[in-house]
Amino acid sequence: MKKKLYWEDVKVGSEIPPLPKVATRRMLVKWAGAIGDFNPLHYDDGFAASQGVGKSIVHGQLKRAWLVQLITDWIGEEGVLRKFSCQFRKVDYPRGMRTIIEPEDGETWWCKGRVIGKYIADDEHRIECEVWVENDKNEKTTLGSAVVVLPHKLNNT
Amino acid sequence: MLPEEIKRFIGKTGNEIIMEVEKGAIRRYADAVGDFNPIYWDEEYAAKSRYGSIIAPPGFFGWPSRWSDWGPNYTSLREELAPVLAKAGYTRALDGGIEYEFFSPVRAGDVLRALPKIVDVYERESKTGTLLFTVTEITYTRRSGELAARARSTLIYR
Repeated sequence: MKKKLYWEDVKVGSEIPPLPKVATRRMLVKWAGAIGDFNPLHYDDGFAASQGVGKSIVHGQLKRAWLVQLITDWIGEEGVLRKFSCQFRKVDYPRGMRTIIEPEDGETWWCKGRVIGKYIADDEHRIECEVWVENDKNEKTTLGSAVVVLPHKLNNT
Repeated sequence: MLPEEIKRFIGKTGNEIIMEVEKGAIRRYADAVGDFNPIYWDEEYAAKSRYGSIIAPPGFFGWPSRWSDWGPNYTSLREELAPVLAKAGYTRALDGGIEYEFFSPVRAGDVLRALPKIVDVYERESKTGTLLFTVTEITYTRRSGELAARARSTLIYR
């Protein structure tokens, strides 16, 4: 079992443990099926080119789901994700496949975050964070923010 | 100026979508994300957790609904809007982003009603020309009427 993350133990300015991800064509196929998004922008290079993005791009919502995992991994089951938002600023291209399951060498993305606020509201001990997805060139392709509720040690009710 | 034909979509509500939150769908979602948190996978583990059962990852609902949940006769607001936008020269769409508010955990076996509504459409100048933004809000409600979550999804058209 993971250690519980308490509100008192989180400092403003501290970093969320980063989460690496590799987007592959295989993953995009899985995601399309799982989320029920069959936009050819993510699997048909010709269509993607006609849309002005060059070739098939990674689903923005998959990057959103990565960032949600970054948060839920960090806060654990005792924490609650209350609000989450993100904007897709740059497109990302998935790696191709070398074997049935192994991707070609290439880009790795890092999901990262930082605590920017800490407060009590609506009787909840909340933490506010900024989160982002970084590509190989250290560009933030997705920018977001999250508000989480954490358990607290003070029993002052 | 936004054409009247487009403007009248602001405030328009789409048809309701019924979403059954299935365990298998939760696993397929978690697998696609690469998230192997046992709370999505392991029934025994989940039973002992504070939730008492397998839960769905926040934002599991779709984008913001699952095309595969629409059924054969469903027309989405996006599809209704597409020809009108095409007439105004907007034929290419990209996902701009999403905002979520989560009010209560969603467990395997829950049934939610998703109701989409176009809450804003606006144009904005950019370096590459005029862009059009559509903002769709989706509320996810339980049978009891309790709100489970709300999403606001932005599409950018060029």
